[in-house]
Amino acid sequence: MTGVLRIGNAGAFWGDRLGAAAALAVQQPDLDYITLDYLAEVSMSILARQRERDPNAGYAGDFIEVVRSLSAILCSRTGHRLRIVTNAGGLNPRACAEVCRGVLSQAGCRGMRIGIVTGDDVLEQLKNGRGSTDGFANLETGQPLDSIRDSLVTANAYLGAEAILEALRQGADLVITGRVADPSLTVGPCMHHFGWSWSDLDRLAGATVAGHLIECGTQVTGGISTHWLEMPDPANLGYPVAEVDADGACVITKPANTGGRVEVRTVKEQLLYEIGDPDAYISPDVLASFLALSVTASGPDRVRISGARGRPPTGTFKVSATYRAGYRASGTLTVFGRDAVSKARRCALVVEQRLRQDGYEPQQWQAECLGTGDAVPGVFAGGNGAPGFETVLRLSVADQRREVVDRFTRELMPLVTCGPQGITGFAEGRPRIHEVVGYWPCLIDRRSVAPRAEVLEV
Amino acid sequence: MNQHTIRLGEIGYARSGDKGSSANIGVIAHTPECYAVLLERLTAARVAEFFRPMGALRVTRFELPNLGALNFLLEGVLAGGGSRSLRIDAQGKALGQALLEIELEVTEEFARRHAPALNERGGRDAGSIG
Repeated sequence: MTGVLRIGNAGAFWGDRLGAAAALAVQQPDLDYITLDYLAEVSMSILARQRERDPNAGYAGDFIEVVRSLSAILCSRTGHRLRIVTNAGGLNPRACAEVCRGVLSQAGCRGMRIGIVTGDDVLEQLKNGRGSTDGFANLETGQPLDSIRDSLVTANAYLGAEAILEALRQGADLVITGRVADPSLTVGPCMHHFGWSWSDLDRLAGATVAGHLIECGTQVTGGISTHWLEMPDPANLGYPVAEVDADGACVITKPANTGGRVEVRTVKEQLLYEIGDPDAYISPDVLASFLALSVTASGPDRVRISGARGRPPTGTFKVSATYRAGYRASGTLTVFGRDAVSKARRCALVVEQRLRQDGYEPQQWQAECLGTGDAVPGVFAGGNGAPGFETVLRLSVADQRREVVDRFTRELMPLVTCGPQGITGFAEGRPRIHEVVGYWPCLIDRRSVAPRAEVLEV
Repeated sequence: MNQHTIRLGEIGYARSGDKGSSANIGVIAHTPECYAVLLERLTAARVAEFFRPMGALRVTRFELPNLGALNFLLEGVLAGGGSRSLRIDAQGKALGQALLEIELEVTEEFARRHAPALNERGGRDAGSIG
């Protein structure tokens, strides 16, 4: 197949705009695929807790709403064929697919196929040591897994495009995966459409770059741009579309009459977003180099990216494991008036002392005076403690012991009557206690992981 | 030769985020001439020094001459990162904006061409955001 393949993204994270996919499908009726990403590093742990309560849970429920909103378009036999690829399956892609089948069936769809990609769950391997190349040591700290093995909650390998490709070959209209590397959601459709092989490394690298550019949705169309204030119509920022060609080069664009801009500046920023060595962008499909990329404007809201180079992928999959790591809570109060920052810092000392003198000293403690530069603490000399007239005091604690964190949540609000004049903003009440999810990145031998695809008929 | 300082944000733009418990900041120059200044002045050591108060342990700089860009990988700067840090910016989203405030030494001639506001303002308070 030749021509271009149009792949949009309408979901950058769990919490992105629910109506984005339906809007994008209407704005861009020639779209071939929409991808949606739901899984951040610790999302799996939240899903694990949901599945503990209900064995049929454990996936991104938002996606069900998306499918409902798209059902008329997906089921249409007259319009352009639109397919969806998403990692919304989380820990339970099968349950997610079953619910989607119900939604589509209820909407009157017939003859559709839902692909399910599994095989990413490697929790048992981490527990019994199978497939280890280095004892599942923490990729960042080098610590051995033994230090947290008993607290493990989830462990999922970032699969590549392999099983997505298999699901598409089996005719899937919807592909629902668990943990998959974000760019692979784009690479799978490209391989399927263009018939690339695993040795087409430069093309795979090109599709990986396209996937990397659109995976964060509006971040490439003006969102979080240094030049955000210049972006038109920020309330209607367009979601991105990658037009990938048979050689793996692409044009990034967005539907007409949407807000924001696709320009060389927004594309270059997103290319560099959350990467390490630009000569070795590691994905399960290919090791991509950005060092020969060319990024040029090719029309209004159109930027062409070519020149990606690929080398064979590594022999390991990255694993994102999570473990129980205690409890945390954060609360804020606003301090207004002369010497606001000095007053806020003194308030922090009051809470700290009350906890300590009652024997509840937390293992981790953080006091920030927001509005003084404390988002980057200490970097701006004179920022801390500057004579601001207003600041938001944010206090946070973390501890293995729930009772310590609970005590903290009871010691914050009394400042409203015992603190300085001008302290306000307490309508939220006591801070909520959250479980802390520890993140444990490690590697696993590819040969011990078996990606699988199966298809449900609607 | 007269030395002047220029704010990074006057000759380039940036984007930051987390890489596990590390953070990265991509910095892109507005022009090839600005990129030459970044190459010379915005060293890994300089960036490490700038973020030292936040606990930056090691900073690695990667060059992308094809994009006129640099990528900095900052270890230790997120106080444990995403799930463990108690900071408001556990994901390092603010680091790019912070780095754009860093002052770089340039020639007077370069400064006049790239920061016209310099002539109007005269001096400015290095590193102040207040």
